[in-house]
Amino acid sequence: MKKNRLFMRTSILTVLAASVILTVYANLTKGERPQLKVGDVAPDFILTDLNGNKHRLSDYEGQGVLVNFWATYCKYCEKEMSLLEKQYQDQKDQGVQILAVNIGETDLVINRFLEKHELTFPVLNDRKQEVVDAFGVNPLPVTFLINKHGFIAGIHTGEITDEKMAAEMIEKIKP
Amino acid sequence: MERIKCGCGHVNPHGTLLCEACGRSLTGTGAPELLDMRYEGSARRSQTYNKTFIDKVWNFFSSVKVGIWLIVITLIASGIGTIFPQKMYIPQFVPASEFYEQKYGWPGKLYYILGFHELYSQWWYMILIALIGVSLVVCSLDRAVPLFRALKAQRVDRHESFMKGQRIFGITKGENFDEAVKAVKRNLKKKRYRIREENHAILAEKGRFSRWGPYVNHIGLIIFLFGAMLRFFPGMYVDEVIDIKEGERKEIPGTDGEYYLENKQFILEVYDEKENEAFSEALKKTGDVAKNYQTDVVLYKRKGERVPGAEAGLIKEKEYSIQVNNPLKFDQYAIYQMDFKTVLSAMNFVLVEKETNEPLGEINISLDNPKMRYNLGNGYTVEILKYYPDFDLDDEGLPVTLSRDPNNPAFVFEMYTPDKPEGEISLVAIQQTVEPVGENKYKMQFAGIETKTVSILALRKDLTLWIFALGGLIFLIGLSLGSYWNHRRIWIQQRGPDIWLAAHTNKNWYGLKRELQTVLAGTGINEPEDRNEKKGK
Amino acid sequence: MAELSSNLLMIAFILYLSAIPFFGGAIRQKNISKTEKPLKIWATVAIFLTMTGFAAHLGYFITRWLAAGHAPVSNLFEFITFFGLCTVGAFILIHFLYRTPVLGLAVLPVVLIIIAYAGMFSRDISPLIPPLQTYWLQIHVITVALGQAILAISFAAALIFLVKKVDQTRRNKSNVWLEVVLFLMLSVVGFIVVSVLFNAFHYSAVFQWTNQFGAEESVEYGMPPLIGPNEGQLVKGQFEPFLEAPAIIDAKKLNTVIWSLSTGIILYILTRFIFRKRIGAALKPLTGNINEDLADEISYRSVLIGFPVFTLGALVFGMIWAQIAWSRFWGWDPKEVWALITWLFYAAFLHLRLSKGWHGERSAWLAVIGFAIIMFNLVAVNLVIKGLHSYAGA
Repeated sequence: MKKNRLFMRTSILTVLAASVILTVYANLTKGERPQLKVGDVAPDFILTDLNGNKHRLSDYEGQGVLVNFWATYCKYCEKEMSLLEKQYQDQKDQGVQILAVNIGETDLVINRFLEKHELTFPVLNDRKQEVVDAFGVNPLPVTFLINKHGFIAGIHTGEITDEKMAAEMIEKIKP
Repeated sequence: MERIKCGCGHVNPHGTLLCEACGRSLTGTGAPELLDMRYEGSARRSQTYNKTFIDKVWNFFSSVKVGIWLIVITLIASGIGTIFPQKMYIPQFVPASEFYEQKYGWPGKLYYILGFHELYSQWWYMILIALIGVSLVVCSLDRAVPLFRALKAQRVDRHESFMKGQRIFGITKGENFDEAVKAVKRNLKKKRYRIREENHAILAEKGRFSRWGPYVNHIGLIIFLFGAMLRFFPGMYVDEVIDIKEGERKEIPGTDGEYYLENKQFILEVYDEKENEAFSEALKKTGDVAKNYQTDVVLYKRKGERVPGAEAGLIKEKEYSIQVNNPLKFDQYAIYQMDFKTVLSAMNFVLVEKETNEPLGEINISLDNPKMRYNLGNGYTVEILKYYPDFDLDDEGLPVTLSRDPNNPAFVFEMYTPDKPEGEISLVAIQQTVEPVGENKYKMQFAGIETKTVSILALRKDLTLWIFALGGLIFLIGLSLGSYWNHRRIWIQQRGPDIWLAAHTNKNWYGLKRELQTVLAGTGINEPEDRNEKKGK
Repeated sequence: MAELSSNLLMIAFILYLSAIPFFGGAIRQKNISKTEKPLKIWATVAIFLTMTGFAAHLGYFITRWLAAGHAPVSNLFEFITFFGLCTVGAFILIHFLYRTPVLGLAVLPVVLIIIAYAGMFSRDISPLIPPLQTYWLQIHVITVALGQAILAISFAAALIFLVKKVDQTRRNKSNVWLEVVLFLMLSVVGFIVVSVLFNAFHYSAVFQWTNQFGAEESVEYGMPPLIGPNEGQLVKGQFEPFLEAPAIIDAKKLNTVIWSLSTGIILYILTRFIFRKRIGAALKPLTGNINEDLADEISYRSVLIGFPVFTLGALVFGMIWAQIAWSRFWGWDPKEVWALITWLFYAAFLHLRLSKGWHGERSAWLAVIGFAIIMFNLVAVNLVIKGLHSYAGA
């Protein structure tokens, strides 16, 4: 009888305490969208570059892919473009592809930007921001390194500051 | 286990104040004062066992005093939370950290620092509500069970001290009351009392179920709180904002790319004075009053695999006009009309020769997709060298755009004309023109804007709603049971030549007394006294 | 139709006013029993006048509904007059349950103040903005007003209890607080008096002032400015304000509050001067033959009857409507929070009474505080805090 009572009270209080703790915990972690992290499968996408060619991420299986999200009005994005261009020229034949995804500005703005910077790698425009959402991009710039199996090998948020850093990134995903 | 055996033979749980069966006072004092009839004098378990840590915690929450304190603290905290607006209601362009101090001074700053700007999702506020929930469970269990026992075990023949201890009590002296008692019984039956009889004693009872009202409503509240808890878990509750421009079609966020929405048009109607002349005074004073906010939409369902960025195959599901108070419902989702805003969609410019003011052709620039070059004929061409959708000057005074949204569009035009074939450059922003390389002969003159409306819709999925509805319903049922019905009992005993009558109700004594008046009328049994009234005089 | 409606409201007001002396007459003499004839006539006339007033008041409501095409509960004037209507309705109901003329003596003056207060707001029939265009407007607001009206009866009964019970032989905490409650009621009268007065003279003063974000704004005062706005420049009007409020405070509202309280003080002092004792003490003889247990019970029962109605109207119907119109049933809007606070308060009231045995005077004070919370929600939350429920434009 006495034991029974203690057992009843303990179990009721435990259930109540557990629900309270769980709820408070769920509330504290709520609103955080699941972020992509190293080791995750990169979300597939199909985007058209400014020359009208379609690029599908999964088509590059077997190669490493550097996906750089950028905008013309982002100063750091602008600075790192020349570094990316240099890597692109060096690595073109070594199985590493560079895709620069603009976050959905107008073609005119992007084209004028490209004229100024003479970039040769594919620049894609994510007009509907679906890819930006899928990768959870915020803030700019952010660079995803995707290995030949389609897994994320690295994420770099912020500017690529020098050539060495850019080369190391490429090295990471060389097939 | 220590149990108390009453003189009548009934064995009561430890801590009982009044014998469950006969109502004799077990505390030993036996004073002729009024008996405390709350919970029938039954043993509240908590007060009697107080040994282990668990017992102590249990006893803490079992106290109504603690429950009331929790309610009062929640009440005060909630009130403080309304002194200044919550974060969700402040303008979005000012960061909360600055807003409160700027607008309300140091009290505002304090408010922000203490977290009252997001009070209702503060962990301690949630714990407060949760503790009320715990208190509800423990208090109810601790009282409902013994009360149930006591009401079940009650005997018809109550002890003398119990009768004397009732607020309404009276003795009618006399000889033979058999007829009178019969008449009273008849009257009681008419009033829908259930009557039990045992050796010259009568117990008439009605409305016992109303005693369960509080416990029923507490169950409702617990279910309600359970619903509130569930809502924090992923998948149960989705809340997204959809900004969708007229003519636009986009994936509905929060549906995993399952659904697409197209905004065919947004309609804003205002009241017309002619519609109802009763409104004319009010409309004269306040100006336009909105009559309808409506977004005509088409809902599509995606067909096939989802690949971000790709054109999805879509099947049209339905067309609908979303209005305030009239959401679009599909699957487990509902889309509500929340707000709207107007954005620039296109700008018109006329190429003009400055001196003669002669117009040489007009261009219309779509702000979402401007062309590089506009041919005006007769050898006039305009090229857009630069487009700044959200124009501003940077630290060095150079033109930049702050975002990709056309909030403040500006253009750098190059104007090719037959007499200036090498082109003239000018920067045109809203209400300003800059000619960076010398005086031009021609200019791009602003000739109007086109706007589009962006509907602001909300997408909700709430799988917990039915739990709230159920909890609310049970709460209301319990509350009505407890508030609109009374538990009334009348004890009548023939003691020798006399009639003893006592009565008890959990509330509405006035009603009970009036009922006794009609029940006893003409039977020869005296109306009992209300001993509270006597005391008051 | 709209004019007929206004006239009916006026008639109701006059009838309520004329019922008060009869209620007074009904309790005038000592040691009466209910069966005594002449006094019964006073009470009958009083309740007859009240019911006729109620009919006229109802007539106002119906004709205004017909004129507007929607239930006249969509702005502050309409809601408050409807609240007054419900209070009289609840009083008539309770009167036939308990037959206590003294309750009328407490309720009707409160109702008169309520109706007069409503008249201070714009009386125009305004069209419904989109969120209000649903039958939930009627259902929600009417149930809320009904619930609050029954709780108002609890306040009136508690007031009677307190006037009767509180010891007036010498100054003590209870009778001082009772004076505070009565003073606050006089201040509402004060507000009405000054508003009507300055309105009659078309008083207006306009200021140019600087708000806390440094922007220039203009504000129009309807009462002479005792307190001016931050860095205010008088553009129109005669009096320069004595003091200047900081930018974070709404100077116009503060000015109104100060006028109302000052008038309240003057009225209070006048009353004290006439009776030469505390108002509570002056009122006490009126409650001479009321049974205080009965007052306590009426107060408690009104809470018991009103609390479920309030829960249903304010919380349950409110939640259902909010879910339909605003996509969430609860949004922590100030008015919602204050409805929750009211609900929590009365829940605490019932627990204190049922489990802690708070009867009599303590219970009466709680009923007074509960009504104060309702009034705060009706007045302050609409005018000062402002949220989604603030009857935009009214």
